[in-house]
Amino acid sequence: MCGIVGLFLKDPKLEPKLGELLTDMLITMTDRGPDSAGIAIYGGAKDGLGKITVQSATPDQDFKNLDGDLHDAIGQPVAMLVKSTHAVLEVPLDQLDAARSALAHLRPGIKVMSAGDSIEIFKEVGLPKDVAARFEVAKMQGTHGIGHTRMATESAVTTMGAHPFSTGPDQCLVHNGSLSNHNGLRRELVRKGMTFETQNDTEVAAAYVSQKLKEGEDLGKALESGLEDLDGFYTFVVGTKNGFGVVRDPIACKPAVMAETDEYVAFGSEYRALVNLPGIENARVWEPEPATVYFWER
Amino acid sequence: MQSFDLGKEGLRALNSSLHALKGQTNMTDWEVINPKGAHAIAAGVDAPVDITVRGSTGYYCAGMNKQATIRIKGSAGPGVAENMMSGTVIVDGDASQYAGATGRGGLLVIKGNAASRCGISMKGIDIVVHGNIGHMSCFMAQSGNIVVLGDAGDALGDSLYEARLFVRGSVKSLGADCIEKEMRDEHYAILEDLLRRGEADHKAKPEEFRRYGSARKLYNFNIDNAAAY
Repeated sequence: MCGIVGLFLKDPKLEPKLGELLTDMLITMTDRGPDSAGIAIYGGAKDGLGKITVQSATPDQDFKNLDGDLHDAIGQPVAMLVKSTHAVLEVPLDQLDAARSALAHLRPGIKVMSAGDSIEIFKEVGLPKDVAARFEVAKMQGTHGIGHTRMATESAVTTMGAHPFSTGPDQCLVHNGSLSNHNGLRRELVRKGMTFETQNDTEVAAAYVSQKLKEGEDLGKALESGLEDLDGFYTFVVGTKNGFGVVRDPIACKPAVMAETDEYVAFGSEYRALVNLPGIENARVWEPEPATVYFWER
Repeated sequence: MQSFDLGKEGLRALNSSLHALKGQTNMTDWEVINPKGAHAIAAGVDAPVDITVRGSTGYYCAGMNKQATIRIKGSAGPGVAENMMSGTVIVDGDASQYAGATGRGGLLVIKGNAASRCGISMKGIDIVVHGNIGHMSCFMAQSGNIVVLGDAGDALGDSLYEARLFVRGSVKSLGADCIEKEMRDEHYAILEDLLRRGEADHKAKPEEFRRYGSARKLYNFNIDNAAAY
């Protein structure tokens, strides 16, 4: 069992409150997933600049002068904001790949959580309220965000096993359910050049979507393809730089509720995750249909 | 009227108050405010009381209900009225998956749509859905009646026993061993009664429905039927 929450804002007036709203939703889903939690936030894109969110088990050592070392390596200005075990590095957009390669050499122990124009991912083991407090999620601003509370049914309870998974620029995916053909799919994706950090089934689904996007499909088409190729139980919520998608498997055991107003589109594994959203009493509330792709783009 | 603020007093206090009602009681009229999608609201009630929940509920609202009339002034999460024994549960909005599952008696009315697996393994409950029902509804349904004013999803009545399924709209597909059957006078009478008690007699007439039931080929395993499972 896991809990998923998501919020895609249509009204820019709510953007300063994105983190606060998502934090409340995430904590409400604690009893669906008390072992780890994570959040992907899209916001704060700056012209010509990209962001890499990294994680370290030993942040005091790994993040010490990391901005300076990375500056020396890529010869470009680097800004760094440390939040507990994570740090967000801001580098020129055209240096994202170079910075990633440099990081692997400079700090072999760190893991890249996400990279792109606007995405930041923070995830850790622990209760959702503690994870949210540790990264000060409530203070974050942005256009859309996806959160996940995990109760692991397969693969280890580790930081890297927490959701969201990001396997492409500005992309992320969270999952409630379990896949049954992920090992075979992982081998196929590795042959196509994808790399994996974990043995987790969800990472395979994320990489599958990333591969389809790389092949030129849009988010909606990529999720449609997934209905054919991914076997198992799933409710997925997917984020891209401008988009927000939802799909459930044809059996649709895993719960999902959506709400839409003029201000936002919201997703919750259960309705109680949505009850404190502004205007929820007048929102259109519905359950996404099985094997049906929903996505919104701005 | 007993008014109970779930946000302030909590679920356990509500359900223990309701469970304490036995047989004769003066406290026959209850209202639950601020349900906010909480789980197991008014589950396990066994008293002839009226309970109105003002808002939407989470998992298993009114589960195992005996005798009580429970109205949900919103939508219901998964497993509403699961294993109901008697009484009445009325959902003003939609119901999530497996509404009325394994229900043994009483009446469940859903004024909106019901999601997948509505009435799965029902064993005597009557269910009236004003809207549509999702896929795999009435899987292995054993007895009781379901009345659907809208459409039914895939695999209706798969591996069905003796429940009667009445659908006014389209059926996307029938499950294994479920077939359309003729409407006889007794069926029109059942429908007339259920439409009235299900607060739907102003919306539909008995003659607009089709009846589906078991072909009775899969009751016992027979190797000749292996392909049908």
